[in-house]
Parts: sequence; structure tokens; C-alpha cells
Amino acid sequence: MSDRIFGVFGMILAAGYVFAALAIEESFLSDAVGPKAFPLIIAAILALSGAVIALRPDPEPHWPALARLAEVAAAVVVLILYAEMLPVAGFVIATAFAAAYLAWRLGSGPVEAAAVGAGTSIGIYVTFHLILGLSLAKGPLGF
Amino acid sequence: MELLANLGDGFAIALSWQNIGLALLGCFLGTIMGALPGLGPSNGVAILIPLAFTLGLGATPSLILLTSVYYGAMYGGRISSILLNIPGDEPAMMTCLDGHPMAKKGLAGEALSLSGIASFVGAFLATWGLILLAPQLVKIALLFGPAEYFALFALAFMTLGGVSSTNQAKSAFAAALGLGLATIGVDTQTGVPRFTFGEVHLYDGLDFLVAIVGLFALSEVFIFLETRHGGSDAAGRKLTIGKLYPPMAMIRQTTPTMLRTSFLGFIAGVLPGAGASLGSFISYSMEKKLVDKKGTFGTGDPRGVAAPEAGNNAAAGGALVPMLALGVPGSGTTAVLLAVLLALNITPGPLLFSQNPDVVWGLIAALFIANFMLLAMNIPMVGLFTRVLMIPSRILMPIVAMVSFVGIYGISGSTFDLLVMIGFGVMGWVLRKLDVPLVPIILGTLLGNAMENNLRRAVTIDNGNWWTLADSPLSIALWAIAIIGFVLPLIVGARVKAKMHQRRDEEGAISD
Repeated sequence: MSDRIFGVFGMILAAGYVFAALAIEESFLSDAVGPKAFPLIIAAILALSGAVIALRPDPEPHWPALARLAEVAAAVVVLILYAEMLPVAGFVIATAFAAAYLAWRLGSGPVEAAAVGAGTSIGIYVTFHLILGLSLAKGPLGF
Repeated sequence: MELLANLGDGFAIALSWQNIGLALLGCFLGTIMGALPGLGPSNGVAILIPLAFTLGLGATPSLILLTSVYYGAMYGGRISSILLNIPGDEPAMMTCLDGHPMAKKGLAGEALSLSGIASFVGAFLATWGLILLAPQLVKIALLFGPAEYFALFALAFMTLGGVSSTNQAKSAFAAALGLGLATIGVDTQTGVPRFTFGEVHLYDGLDFLVAIVGLFALSEVFIFLETRHGGSDAAGRKLTIGKLYPPMAMIRQTTPTMLRTSFLGFIAGVLPGAGASLGSFISYSMEKKLVDKKGTFGTGDPRGVAAPEAGNNAAAGGALVPMLALGVPGSGTTAVLLAVLLALNITPGPLLFSQNPDVVWGLIAALFIANFMLLAMNIPMVGLFTRVLMIPSRILMPIVAMVSFVGIYGISGSTFDLLVMIGFGVMGWVLRKLDVPLVPIILGTLLGNAMENNLRRAVTIDNGNWWTLADSPLSIALWAIAIIGFVLPLIVGARVKAKMHQRRDEEGAISD
């Protein structure tokens, strides 16, 4: 079933892609092929392979239980928050929290998670910023 | 003679303190990444590219660092195969078959050192193969026009699907997806924006480094979160190594095996779409057919350890040939390495050899140096790396995730890129669940623009005649190989692939 949904999704994606490709405004100086032809070829392959996937699905993959799925979704949310908070909170603080969260969700105890968070954040800051001179996000506190 | 002079120049470049240091660092990190299950050559290199890039390393130093990681990972994969019966990366899968039984018999040290030697022989011979074969391929590639290049790119995509995935439709889908992603941004020929939906960040196109790190590194973190596999595979097991040097008799017994499989692995690596996993697979299978008269393969036969290791390391070197000479990578990790070149504005292919000989020969010399370093690290110092196996992934994976973020943030300093990377991470996770290979996606985003430009150039030169794509003997030959490469696995490949893919799960999607 997953593959059938995936294949249909591929075909819808291809349709959307064709639609967007046809909407490309051609400039007055164009080559013989133009900016639309290549995307249209790709869309054809996308639609065709989507159809084959939908018609001849592989065995069902092993999907995790709802709880595990929520786990992944929560991690995605945390990482998005991390990306948004980087310029606000600064690299060291944001990274410590994000790394600690991931360690905790992967099964560390609270103490270990905090240690992993702090260690990762300070370790990266020292190696990449202080030693190698990479510019990392600066927060209000300057690190 | 010219060859030796070039090689001499290469050594002059590679033997600077910075480059030696980078090679050493790369070998060390690569061996660790290879040894740790969950981190392989492609995601290891993927994480390090943005870092090498933002640290402002030049082309030669970056390539030296990253190919050392690549070679190192090929060495490191065997460690957990032998000690834990869990392949550290996909190419090391076949090493489990005889390596672990040897370790069970108390011969872990012998198995590790023998496989280290086999890795060295494979990589050493393959580097020579690279030196001899790549310039010949360059001569052919100089005859290529836009139409031939277009056919060559098509060949790369069609053959990649043939071996790397169990489902051709899914690899075609992946390739089209990657090519589609590459078309986002301002059209290079006419200057009109395409698929940007008014988002200014997209005018430049998607940065392929963002896509690579998201697809390869972040999706791995999600897989670990999903299975909550937070422990270390080595937990609770005693890793005894024992004697570290194999008896001379064992080396003598396995020498013919190493030489044969190095050759075979190299060929497998050069062929488009094959890569190191196939190299070790066919090496093991052939040796088994050829020398396993008493049925000892699978029960701890030293030849069964030497064969896949020589094979996969030789294939790793072989896969560099098409990447450097044609600009068309034959395997997952070389696709990622191609991203390094493109990020540094170096166009691989025949011109690389004439315009940047320092890059090519410096890299080759560095491969020789790295290979000796790896031999030293992987035999006397192998105990160090077995300790790395004790690191539980609940500590490792947060570090991997955070370093990925640092690298991408370092390139542009924009939150937008980080969000795109997370998007790719989720996409990679879903696609891996569905067994859609990720390598064609990466290859598509990397080669998409070049492929389209060549297509348009070819057709424009011939005044809009599309048949120009297949009217020279060279391009007809390329198309023929491409079609055979796509169709043949449908007919005969199913059996081989089923065998090869028996043991893999989500790892398969980033196979090398």
C-alpha cells in the first residue's frame, strides 16, 4: 500500500512540476530548446516511474508504531526550533539544548544527556570556532 | 616517463606538512567512521565537505582530506564486521562471513591484520590502476561533444539504477527527482527563474551540499531515533583481539587471492553504478567458486577474509577513475566527492587533467601516502579503533547531527539553508523507508545543470534537431550501453541482487 500511495504521489508531483514548468516565462532571447523542455522530459520520467511503482509495488516496508513516528516528528520540530533559535540564543546555548534533547531521546539518562549536550556544544565551539576559526552563530552573549 | 614525472610533481605537492596532516586526520576519522555501524563512507564524507569548504581549504587539501576519509572508511568497515558480525559500512558486509567465524575461533587479531594487509594490497594496486587507466579514459573523453556528454550522463543514471537498487522504477524516480531539484533556480542559459515560487533564496538554486548532508547524515539520525537504537553494538561483549600479526603461511596462502580480487574489484569500481559493495560481493563469490574446494568458506577461511577486503578497497580506487576522468561518478561516495569538486568550482573530467594537473597528481600521491598511513593505523593501532566501537550511538548521533548543522551554517550563515537541510533529512528518512536509493538523487542534483546545458548546447548547435543526440557512433555506443545497463538487470540481475541485498535494511538506500 505504501508504494501505491508513493507512486500516486510521484505522479501528482510530476503533474505539479509540469504545471510549474509550463508557467515559466520565456525570455525573448531563447535558445532552440528553451527553459521548459528539460523539465518536461524529467516530469515524464517522474510520472512514468511513479506509475510503475504504483502498479507494481514492493513488499510493504516496516513502518514504526505511532509512538516512534511521533518521536521522529518531535525531533524534526526540535531541529527546526534549533535552526530558528540559533541566531537568537547563540550557538553554544542552542546547540547544548538540541544535542541534549537528541541524546535524551536516544536513551541517555538526564545526567548523561546534559553532559552530552554541554560536551558537544563546547567541544564544537572550541574545535571549530576557537581553533579553526569557523564563524558560528553569535547570540546576545557573544557565543 | 611522463607519468613518473607527473607522479613526482604530485608527491612534491602532497608532501607538505598541511597535506600530510590532513591525510593523517582523514585516515583517522575515516577509519572511525568506517568502523562505527551507522556511519559509512558516504555520510562520513558528506558531513565533512561543508566543513572543509568553510574552513577555506584549497582544492587539493580538501580532496586529500576527503579521499583519505573515503579510503579510511573502506579499511575501517572490517573492524566491526570481524569483531561484532555487524558490518561497519555496506562494503564490509561480505567480510562478516569469514571474519567473524575467525574471531570466534580466537583468531580475531589474525583476521584484523590479514584484512588490513588485504585492504592495503587492494587499495595500492587500485591506485596504480587509477594512474594508468584515467589518462587513457581522458583521451577518449576529449572526443566527446555536448551530445556525447548528454548520453554519458544518461548512461550514469541508467546504470546506477541497475545495480544500486532492487527496483529500477524507484531508482529512475530518484534520478528524476534529483534532476528536477537541480532545475530550481535561475536558468543558466536564458536567465529566467524556474520553480522558485517567488522565494529569493531559491534563485541561486538549492545548494547541493545542503541536500547531501540532509539526505545522508540527518536521515541517519532519524533512523536511529525511530528504532531507538541508542546503545553500542559492542556493549556487553568482550572484544579480545589476541595476536596481531598473521603467520607468514597465512599471508602466502592468501596472496593469490588478494591479487585476483584486487583486479576484479578494481574493474567493478570503474564500471559505472557498481561501487565497492559490488566489488566485495563479486570478489568473495568468485574466490569461493575458484578456491573453495573443501567448503571452508564461511567457517573462518582466511582467504574469505582477504577476498572481500582487497575487493572493496580496490573498487574504491577504481570508482575514482570515472569520477576524475569523466566527471561521472560510479558510486555513492564518489558522487559525494564530486560535490567537493563542484563546490570548489573545479570541473572534473578531461580538462581537470590538463588544467589542474596539480589537483589530480597531488591527490594520487596523497592516496599512496594515505594508504601507508592506513596500513600503520590498521595493524599495530587497531586496538584503538576497537575501543571506538564502544561509543554508544546515543552519544554519537547528537554529535553527528550538530556537526552537520555547523557545516551547513558555516557555508551561508542562513537559517533558510538549515530548514532546507532538515527538509531533506525528513525526505531522506521517508525515501529510505520506501527503499528508494538516495545516490541517484544526489547525482541528479549534482549533474542536472551540466546535463541540461549539454542537451541544449547540442540541440542548438544543430539548429533544433533533436536527433543530433544520437547521430555520432560514440553517442550511439553510449546510448546502447545505457540501455543495456538499464534493461539487463531487469532480466538477469534479480538473482544476484537478491543475494547481495539479503542482509541490508535501510542501509541499502545509501549503498556504495
